[in-house]
Amino acid sequence: MPSPSDFFSLPFSDWVNALVREWLVPNFRPLFRALQVPVTMVLDWLDTFFNAVPMLAFTAVLAFIAWRLVGRGMAVFTIVALLFIDLIGLWPETMTTLSMIITSVLFCVVLGIPLGIAAARSNRLLAIVRPVLDIMQTIPSFVYLVPIVMLFGVGMAPGIIATIIFALPPIVRLTNLGIRNVRADLIEAAEAFGSTSWQMLVNVQLPLAMRTIMAGLNQTLMLALSMVVITSMIGAGGLGLTVYTGLGRLDVGGATAGGLGIVLLAIILDRITQALGESKGFRTVSLRQTIFSLFRRGAPVPSGETQKAA
Amino acid sequence: MIAKLKIQNLTKIFGNAPEAARARLEAGESKAAIFEATGSTFGVNNVSFEVPEGQIFVVMGLSGSGKSTLVRMLNGLIRPTAGQILIDGDDIASCSSQTLRAVRRNKIAMVFQHFALFPHMSVADNVAYGLKIKGVGAAERRKSAQAALDQVGLGAYADSAPGELSGGMQQRVGLARGLATNPEVLLMDEPFGALDPLIRREVQDELLRLQKALRKTIVFITHDLNEALLLGDQIAIMKDGELVQVGTAQEIVDHPADDYVSAFVADIDRGKVFTAESVAEEPVFLQLGTDTAESAVQNMEDAHRNALYVMDGEDIAGVVTYQDAAAAVRTDGLTLADVVNSDFQTVDAGAALHELYALASNGLPIAVTDDNNRLLGVVEPEAVLAQLSGDATAVDADAAAKP
Repeated sequence: MPSPSDFFSLPFSDWVNALVREWLVPNFRPLFRALQVPVTMVLDWLDTFFNAVPMLAFTAVLAFIAWRLVGRGMAVFTIVALLFIDLIGLWPETMTTLSMIITSVLFCVVLGIPLGIAAARSNRLLAIVRPVLDIMQTIPSFVYLVPIVMLFGVGMAPGIIATIIFALPPIVRLTNLGIRNVRADLIEAAEAFGSTSWQMLVNVQLPLAMRTIMAGLNQTLMLALSMVVITSMIGAGGLGLTVYTGLGRLDVGGATAGGLGIVLLAIILDRITQALGESKGFRTVSLRQTIFSLFRRGAPVPSGETQKAA
Repeated sequence: MIAKLKIQNLTKIFGNAPEAARARLEAGESKAAIFEATGSTFGVNNVSFEVPEGQIFVVMGLSGSGKSTLVRMLNGLIRPTAGQILIDGDDIASCSSQTLRAVRRNKIAMVFQHFALFPHMSVADNVAYGLKIKGVGAAERRKSAQAALDQVGLGAYADSAPGELSGGMQQRVGLARGLATNPEVLLMDEPFGALDPLIRREVQDELLRLQKALRKTIVFITHDLNEALLLGDQIAIMKDGELVQVGTAQEIVDHPADDYVSAFVADIDRGKVFTAESVAEEPVFLQLGTDTAESAVQNMEDAHRNALYVMDGEDIAGVVTYQDAAAAVRTDGLTLADVVNSDFQTVDAGAALHELYALASNGLPIAVTDDNNRLLGVVEPEAVLAQLSGDATAVDADAAAKP
């Protein structure tokens, strides 16, 4: 039985090759190179910082944060996990991975939250953004690694750009969702008192959506961690490189050690960011309150009561 | 006097082709046919009314009657399709969004059915929200919020979270939030609809108490006719987006415009709607010193009364019954002064009819008096019953006493 391809074929891959190699790369390479400058700056700064902080000091600070936000159990876990990572000799790699993750998430927040807010305010924009996010989430990351290398070269910064592409969707989606889900009567009340749309956003929508946005941040963080090994294929370092090297040399021990490092880091960051989003007792707490409550004595729970009577 | 709030031919049509729908309605098509043809529905159709300064104007209607749409047009939450909304003569139906925002900040506040308090703010911050939006400084905001909370009796709860308060308290916070910006017009969208009956009664009284002092111009939306009759200086009955009748509580209960309104007022406790004044009659009275027992009997027979009030100069001396007067005529040595019963009942002209039940039970006429205890009119016990039964032929409500 004949199939249509016996008579006609679409040279789709040729088209894409032509588009990327003959148009995108020659014309836009300098632009893309320029785009990675801020990424490289932030990354270098964080990498230098985290590698300069003594291991014990870093552990103490992170354990303190875990204790204030999550509880004593998590603080103990943080200490044990970081100690273990140090003892198996992966401390510098872990710090590099951490700075990569934080850089990726930072850019995801800077891009994703405004985009989510804009999408929440315009159905038309959401109709455009949603399929793009679907593609970003479902397309296998290997597909865009090659064009990224062509446009950005190899190294840490291209790895972070690949990570941003993969990890951006949840924070956009959940920012959009969080703002759209703010009760209509509260929006109406804010409007009835003459709020401008900026006042509405800052005073009502963002604080009430904060929980959902934090859930998006948590998801973005987790996705960023899952990209650590893949980005090491295009020259990013850290724990991902340890795993990738172990894989290449059939070094089971090395790969397991790197993998365990990623898992432990993931658990610590996940619990801490989850606790940032959840707040027991008070329904919604602003990020500011959460951060303030970190530095206050008393209950580890951020609550509205701590902010009263200014 | 110019009305504070004047609504003219206000119309809101939901749907894609409002102009076509309006043209069809003017051509006499039914609303159902228009919906079928254009997909447009009339939220509010050609509504006009005026609210004088300091009055409570109640819009009463069932769900779907368009009353929520109507009140939302008054502060531009829903922009009208056609018509005018004049506040102090300025039209806010057609103004720019900047002007509208300024009006919302300075002139109109709103109280919502489900309170709509911001859950992430303290009670004081909720109350101060309108001031914050206007750019008032934190210290002054706090002071005004505290004052507004004190007004509604919740001064002690300034730092609580709204979720910690009961429904009635939350709505008082909503009311305080509305009052904090010192607006001239207050819109209240079924503010007490979500409250238990006892609590509702409490906040209704609270509102009346506050209104006595503040004299705001209030547009109050409700689906409860009893609430409308209790609160409203003027009441508008709304049905299918149109005002069926506008009038005072007594006018609506006594002269319903159509069957729809009659059906509503059928179950109304008339004793709470009507006042002593509405059943009082011009007093026929006797004067101590000039009238005798004989002239008393004569007067009663002429006026078809079985008791009359006796005055001593400007003061009320008491009441004398036909029996006693007749006995005084028959008995030597008894004068009118001897048979005057000084144990008489008095009420204010504004007293609700239901307060007269007990007073009317001894069968003697009740004296309607003013603040200086002057006799304004007399309420015959049977007039109370006639008014309660709604029998307009038995009592002419217009024959209220004029001093």
